[in-house]
Amino acid sequence: MKKSLLILIFSMLLGVIASPAGAYDYKVDDPYVSTIVGTPEVLEYDKLPKKVDYELLGLKVFPDRPTPEVFWYQREFLYTLSYQKQEAPLIFVIAGTGSSFYASSMIFLQKAFYGAGFHVICLSSPTQMNFITTASATCVPGNIVEDTQDLYRVMSLAWEQIKDRIKVSEFYLTGYSLGASQSAFVAKLDEEKRVFNFKKVLMINPAVSLYTSAKILDDMLLEINPNRSPEVFDRWFNERLAKFGEAYRLLNQPPLDHDFLYDAYRVLHKKGQTPRRENLAGMIGTVFRLASSNMIFAADVMANYGLIVPKNRVLGSADSLTDYMKVTTRVSFIDYFNEFLYPYSQSRNPGLTKEALIEGTSLRSIEPYLRNTPKIVLMDNEDDLILTPEDIAFLKDVFGARAKIYPRGGHCGNMTFRDNVAYMLNVFKN
Amino acid sequence: MKRALCLMLLTVFIFLAGCGTAPVRKEPEIPAKRPVSEYVKPDVTYSIDAYDPWEPMNRRIYNFNAIFDNYVFLPVVQAYEFVLPVFVQTGITNFFKNLTEVTNLTNALLQFKIEKAVNTFGRICINTTVGLGGLIDVATLNDGIPREEEDFGQTLGFYGVGPGPYLVLPILGPSDLRDTAGLAVDSVVYSLMLGQLIAELGMDDTYEDILNYSLTAVYAVDKRHNEPFRYFKTGSPFEYDLIRRLYLIKRQFQIDN
Repeated sequence: MKKSLLILIFSMLLGVIASPAGAYDYKVDDPYVSTIVGTPEVLEYDKLPKKVDYELLGLKVFPDRPTPEVFWYQREFLYTLSYQKQEAPLIFVIAGTGSSFYASSMIFLQKAFYGAGFHVICLSSPTQMNFITTASATCVPGNIVEDTQDLYRVMSLAWEQIKDRIKVSEFYLTGYSLGASQSAFVAKLDEEKRVFNFKKVLMINPAVSLYTSAKILDDMLLEINPNRSPEVFDRWFNERLAKFGEAYRLLNQPPLDHDFLYDAYRVLHKKGQTPRRENLAGMIGTVFRLASSNMIFAADVMANYGLIVPKNRVLGSADSLTDYMKVTTRVSFIDYFNEFLYPYSQSRNPGLTKEALIEGTSLRSIEPYLRNTPKIVLMDNEDDLILTPEDIAFLKDVFGARAKIYPRGGHCGNMTFRDNVAYMLNVFKN
Repeated sequence: MKRALCLMLLTVFIFLAGCGTAPVRKEPEIPAKRPVSEYVKPDVTYSIDAYDPWEPMNRRIYNFNAIFDNYVFLPVVQAYEFVLPVFVQTGITNFFKNLTEVTNLTNALLQFKIEKAVNTFGRICINTTVGLGGLIDVATLNDGIPREEEDFGQTLGFYGVGPGPYLVLPILGPSDLRDTAGLAVDSVVYSLMLGQLIAELGMDDTYEDILNYSLTAVYAVDKRHNEPFRYFKTGSPFEYDLIRRLYLIKRQFQIDN
């Protein structure tokens, strides 16, 4: 009896050891589900500090720029700093499209890197409202080269602001989604400017081509609304809201990011409900649309471009923006590219073709640099929704052994999975 | 006397909030490339729409609240969190949660939600006795009896009263006409009960007043301490619209359940 029990235990142990090396325990194999739901709690990285103290710091990037009344609450560029008491490496983290340092992914990365002994500076995306209004030179985001200059400016100013207070051994850089693409461009710019001399750069689920990825995300809405009818979308969205109300009651958390709409799905998922594919796609598209419409409205007002708000109209702090919201949410990122970003860039740079602008916002434009720079490392997923098969092939080819490509995880869905976090931290430890 | 003063301040405040300076236009307006007139049909209700006839005033109060939060409310809350040990903060939260159970109870009864009423009554009994006057939430321990949030706004909704116009209350934030009326009724019930409790202590009138005011102040700080919402953190220029819609959805759910 005892013997058989021993054998049983022994064989169980063997089973654990013998499970195929490198097996990947992140099991969500539908990229739509993983993108929305993320990592089940039990599989999340569990060595996070419970709470990380951070300072909210402000920069006057353009001291002479007046703040429009409608954005009266955007007086300074904001970023967060979490610092160690002793000397440590400093890592900059760049958020994804439309996100601020309050986004749940940013808070997660802040905790993970702080817990691993880094000073951490979290930066909002150049496509986020606070960045656009206070730190973008043109106020018209989407041209990665220009956005990179803006990022580099705030990073340098931030470093200037804090360098007397913390001891830094070396600099690291990371970002996810659009923030990952930008970190590659920032690393390249740093080779000229040499303020930081980044020792290592980690790209997490980057967009290879901003235009292509934005188009993929825009088109997700077509799955629930093929004819782009606002009435159809509204009906669909109201049905979702009716479901969310319940999830919200359970969550009781205010939204801190446009992906708050995902939170409700996470609650439903926990209760064992899996929404239909088109609804998942529609929700991803909606979240992206919310992020891009925030961006488009902020850019339109700041640049006085006259896309949605009449040119020269001065909006007050108490003016209703509801109607503008209705219009803006019907403008896709690609519409923005065609009707705003491209003509605007062309007016400042005659002779610029649309193809050249699209190419310039792609990692392909800096391919030789990426290919020959060993300090840049990639973490990605085979089923990342924002990438085409050609994009994945490009990444594998360019990064070679510096690419860690997981079989599953969708777009950033496995970012908090324990293996992924271990990998991320390991990149910077070596 | 105190009430009159409050009312006066509020009137002055709303008056001030209503007087905005008209923006000065320097150059003539040029119609937008994607004009509202073309994209928004006046006779269609969109999913972001809400009945908000007092929107200009509401937006001003919303902005006022953000400033008040930033310069007064949150600094006080931070000081409170800095000074008091966490277990004391929890005790205070539990204490007020126990006191406010009285309106959960009355409103559960008014809506004939017997299970919720029984739960709430059980919670009051356990927490007031074993929980040392409400300082410890014994009832919730080990998946015990859940707290049932019921208020008079929900009771009115239960009897078919619609939300009425959306309303942003000074300091308190998002509400609507029905819920504001509900809040007023709940506050009366609560303060009557609190007054009775304080009277039981048999103190001088002056001390009674001081105690009453202090409790109200601590209650306000405790409430803000437990509320994670921060103004303008959503990163959306349409935050007012989003919060308005979410508030109304959330309330409808609370009424339906």
